[in-house]
Amino acid sequence: MNIVVLLKQTFDTEAKIVISGGKVDPTGVTLVINPYDEFAIEEALTLKEAQGEGSEITVVTAGGDVAEQALRTALAMGCDKSILVSDEALDGADEWAAAEAVAAALKDVEYDIIFAGRIAVDDASGQVAVRVAEALGIPSVSSILKFETDGTVATVTREIDGGNEIIEVPLPAMLTAQKGLNEPRLPNMMGIMKAKSKPLEKKDLAAVGKAAGDVAAKFVIDSVSLPTPREAGTILKGEAAETAPELVRLLHEEAKVI
Amino acid sequence: MANGIWIIIEQKDAVMKKVSFEMLSEGRKIADQAGEPLTAVIVGSGIAGLADEAASYGADKVIIIDDEKLKDYTTGAYTSVLNQAISSGEPSAVLIGNTAIGKDLAPRLAQRLGVGAATDVVEVAYDADKLLKFTRSVYGGKAVTVTSTEVRPVLATVRPNTFAVSEPDTSRKAETVNGSADIDPADLKAVVKEIVMATSTRPELIEAEIIVSGGRGMKGPENFAILEELADVIGAAVGASRAAVDAGWREEMYQVGQTGKTVSPTLYIAAGISGAIQHLAGMGTSKYIVAINKDPEANIFTLADYGIVGDLFEVVPLLTEEFKKLQ
Repeated sequence: MNIVVLLKQTFDTEAKIVISGGKVDPTGVTLVINPYDEFAIEEALTLKEAQGEGSEITVVTAGGDVAEQALRTALAMGCDKSILVSDEALDGADEWAAAEAVAAALKDVEYDIIFAGRIAVDDASGQVAVRVAEALGIPSVSSILKFETDGTVATVTREIDGGNEIIEVPLPAMLTAQKGLNEPRLPNMMGIMKAKSKPLEKKDLAAVGKAAGDVAAKFVIDSVSLPTPREAGTILKGEAAETAPELVRLLHEEAKVI
Repeated sequence: MANGIWIIIEQKDAVMKKVSFEMLSEGRKIADQAGEPLTAVIVGSGIAGLADEAASYGADKVIIIDDEKLKDYTTGAYTSVLNQAISSGEPSAVLIGNTAIGKDLAPRLAQRLGVGAATDVVEVAYDADKLLKFTRSVYGGKAVTVTSTEVRPVLATVRPNTFAVSEPDTSRKAETVNGSADIDPADLKAVVKEIVMATSTRPELIEAEIIVSGGRGMKGPENFAILEELADVIGAAVGASRAAVDAGWREEMYQVGQTGKTVSPTLYIAAGISGAIQHLAGMGTSKYIVAINKDPEANIFTLADYGIVGDLFEVVPLLTEEFKKLQ
């Protein structure tokens, strides 16, 4: 089976956010594979292992040269080859532009199934994978908690509000991973060594058949700022027999929320 | 231009979701500012009866797309019918709820329409030039962006509990039309085999007005019973921190935080939750935050509107008793 994983390199979730020149400043920030994309990688690896010989995982990302690190980590986890779509024209790309570029890169790749994370923890947009599916003309199921396949149809459990649903979808299909799908493995030393010699193909827009004008962003970010910090309010200390009734009184009479 | 502000109504079993009332209420205001009509688009099976309700919350026009094949949401079928409706109706803006359905639908629909989309917006402002400007919470709530587009239609998904619901006016009437329910067979590939809803009688986490959440301080799964008792007295949903979920005390669907649900209730009560940055990412836009923690240095107290420093096993049952007295 040919398996593709879409990956995004993001800030570590503990990173302190600094804004300079109207943008989030990446200086000194630890970069990691988006946590949801790790679930996607793990599911691809599990599927490949179940399929045995002849299966291959291609991991694809769009970003700057620094994203090579994230691809190497994915290769160290066990993915077989990788593609980095990198082009200055993608600076300021919105979800539409990123999806167009990634989908174009996949035109030359064989795939039976594509896994991605359901959302990236940086821009929290949750759009690119589903958009890539649309651009490729394949079905997609978002936010999956369980996956199995007989090789032609995937049966997945998708998280919905207040429950789950079980969906059957013919392959090829795009599936986006929700937390709970699996526990991602860590790369081991042998994997890290092997990853160094695995293919990492860098492609600019021209190489995937797109011009800068094809990926002009539809949405623009007008401003980036730090949120107004919330301030500490009324903190009650003492015996619970006194603080609990006082809190209820405050919520009822002051905040008027109950 | 000026073909209106469209609200995509989400319903389940012909009952409108709360976020739909919220979007209609706010949509009415935006439509008035923009001088454009407000249209409600209702997709499903056996849903024509919702038209009057949409009108009473502000819709000037209702488009009904009613078909047996649209009973359960599927990405392809809903994208297919909404793409047709939007392509022919040419609205200026389309608002969708940022629910499990909306999160899946919006990017697919936007890509098919060849437009951008702003997802999980927490504020919508009318703008004379751009029509709408959207505020989004990014980097786990550690930064805020304002975003806009000149491309039409403007598409966005709105976080539930962002807008207040207006009083309905049952004397309002809307022009109701039927939209095409023709679905491209290529959009019918994914099939819903089974839907398993949690058997809880409590509100859904993302649309709950009040949430009571427990963290590491709950010490074990059995202790969530005291939070459930409190929740049931005040009509709350019960959430959990990542620590509680990772410990196996609560199911993943109840996790609030950066790798869980993003919620924005009127009142969020955090019991035994220290307030790690990943947790704050999921509930930082709550109107009121209440913290109960025995550690006076817990980070959650730096942003709680109200807090009790104390043993939650003493405090929570007393709160339950006190709330009962209010009823």
